Amino acid sequence: MKAIKTLIAAAAAALVATSAQADIKIGVILPLTGPASGLGIPAKNQVELWPTSIAGEKLQVTVLDDATDPTNGVRIARRFTTEDKVDLIVGSVATPVGVAIADVARDTKTPQLALTPIGLPPGADAWSFRMPQSNGVMATAIINHMKDKGIKTVGFLGYTDAYGEQWLQAFTPLAEKAGIKIVGVERFARTDTSVTGQALKLVAAKPDAMLIVASGSGAAMPHKGIVERGFKGTIYQTHGAASKDLMRVGGKDVEGAFVVAGPVISPAQLPDSNPSKAVALDFSQKYDAKYGAGTANQFAGHAYDVTVVLEKAIPIALKAAKPGTPEFRAALLNAFETMGRTVVAHGVLNWTKDDHWGYTLDTGVIYKVVNGDWKFEK
Amino acid sequence: MDSTIASILLVDGLTNGAVYALLGLTLVLVFAVTRVIFIPQGEFVAYGALTLALLQTGQVPGTVWLLLILAAVAALMEGFTVWRHTGRPGPAAKAVIKQSALPVVVALLGWWAAPQQFPLVVQALLSVAIVTAFGPLVYRVAYQSLEDSTPLVLLIVSVGVHFAMVGLGLLFFGAEGFRNPAFWDDRFELGSVILSGQAIIICLSALALIALLWLFFERSLYGKALRATAVNRLGARLMGISSSASGKLTFTMAALIGALSGLLIGPTTTVFYDSGFLIGLKGFVSAVIAGLSSYPMALAGALFVGVVEAFSSFWASAFKEVIVFTLVLPILLWRSLTGDHSDEEH
Repeated sequence: MKAIKTLIAAAAAALVATSAQADIKIGVILPLTGPASGLGIPAKNQVELWPTSIAGEKLQVTVLDDATDPTNGVRIARRFTTEDKVDLIVGSVATPVGVAIADVARDTKTPQLALTPIGLPPGADAWSFRMPQSNGVMATAIINHMKDKGIKTVGFLGYTDAYGEQWLQAFTPLAEKAGIKIVGVERFARTDTSVTGQALKLVAAKPDAMLIVASGSGAAMPHKGIVERGFKGTIYQTHGAASKDLMRVGGKDVEGAFVVAGPVISPAQLPDSNPSKAVALDFSQKYDAKYGAGTANQFAGHAYDVTVVLEKAIPIALKAAKPGTPEFRAALLNAFETMGRTVVAHGVLNWTKDDHWGYTLDTGVIYKVVNGDWKFEK
Repeated sequence: MDSTIASILLVDGLTNGAVYALLGLTLVLVFAVTRVIFIPQGEFVAYGALTLALLQTGQVPGTVWLLLILAAVAALMEGFTVWRHTGRPGPAAKAVIKQSALPVVVALLGWWAAPQQFPLVVQALLSVAIVTAFGPLVYRVAYQSLEDSTPLVLLIVSVGVHFAMVGLGLLFFGAEGFRNPAFWDDRFELGSVILSGQAIIICLSALALIALLWLFFERSLYGKALRATAVNRLGARLMGISSSASGKLTFTMAALIGALSGLLIGPTTTVFYDSGFLIGLKGFVSAVIAGLSSYPMALAGALFVGVVEAFSSFWASAFKEVIVFTLVLPILLWRSLTGDHSDEEH
């Protein structure tokens, strides 16, 4: 908190010093407390590493805590847009909060860079962009890997919540197109005491591979359940599981699993041909230098990517209008939509007017779990 | 489905059912003695498993600090009550010490033992001790001053205690889950069914605990006092049985059984700070099947819930919880049609 105050104080001092010139105001909304705080705190750490100015304009950054509560997120977003008149909203990392903020962004015509894959109907995301990859992009990476390995049938074991459902919706059409048959769809909840029933049914269907859709340490229990039922095929995990918690809880049972993730998970292992390698390395080295080796993760990576995007978009928007005006906000939106191919730590972005997800289909990277660590696979 | 799958599901269901049975029995016990519908019972399960998980990593579990804070609050409340009754500081100070001595000793023991990396069994015992110490403190802080209220008021208090404990669990253990090492890692093949050592431990421990509970209520004076309070609170008080002492003893037993259940399921699944609620709720379903009054019915109900859960996770995994909790509706209907509609006071 002290660091944020310092940041605000520095920004305020800068404001006084150059009061003639309008600064670019950015309102950051992150869950620093509550269930998603594990995601919000790394993102806040990265915000503290943001540059103080972009394209010669001072950045005035304010970070506020939404406590993983959509109501709180909306209240903060309203404050940012009506009182502070921010040029850009960044956040949240928690999906329900991010979705709620998107409404405010659209009502007040303020661009939003969400650090979470918010699913919105077409039109509702007119002012909102996502920094994370869509499930479709990640599913494409898994499907391509399955095709290479000659996998013909797959069993699906996913959360009963929105994450599981969105993955199933993204995965099913891609699998059909690739000629891969989904032989079983089973569900479980993060707090279930066992997945014996689901595992029995899926293993009895004898698929070549299993896809487990779960997040964080919740991904380990179904994985162990399937291995305990004697499944010998390939097991895939999604990017929600791409954290070291999978190995911490799963132990030797998750060895050999394939996990899809953004390039940012372990950038040093990427081949030089991967466009994101340099950017991802820059991010993880700077973050690790400040917060300790091995601490860089995907959520801090999204906050890093925000600055990469802004370095490119702000100069374009400045040509059209002065910061602090509705014209500047519209120019910023226009800049995001027209700036074209942008290499960020998480992949290659290409936002257009109709596509506010934007990652190219070759963004997803497959890692294999070897000796309790990530090993680059494809 | 063939007989192999059915038998595997049956074993899985009975194993989970054994844990639900322990929780269901506790809920019946707590309700009979204090008329509290003890929703936070599941939190003791999560606290037990997660305290052991943190001891395994060599850290001092947050439950140790919570225990100290809760002991201080309870001691102040106790001291204030005694001081107001007697008007003298001497008895009040005595009450403060009496209230806080045991939890403070347990907390200090936990604080000292955490970095020592003792064997698993010692750490397990320590976790049980820490979580058990919560029982009487929770009763003192949340329920004792309201012990003559209606069951509805006590239920609302329970909801509050549940949310407080889940929130504190998130603060102390973090959002990610833990899986404890198995106490017994062997596997046995019984025909087509593979029995894991942990499943055997769960079933045997549940049986042993149920037998101990039966002995406690049948043979010990304290057990008989609790039964007397359950049958008639006023009558028991006239016979010199303190209802608040009964309440504290009941909550100690609830916390003890909760912590043990946590140790039992800790190695079979990933336990999160909020895992306890659903587990406790399934125990509650079995207690409802028993009408919150019959121990054998609660046991049968819990095994039934476990088996239904296992089979529905095979047939319709997306609707598993729906099926388990919808069970309550026909059972409540049947109970209200056949029940004797006695007044709320048991």
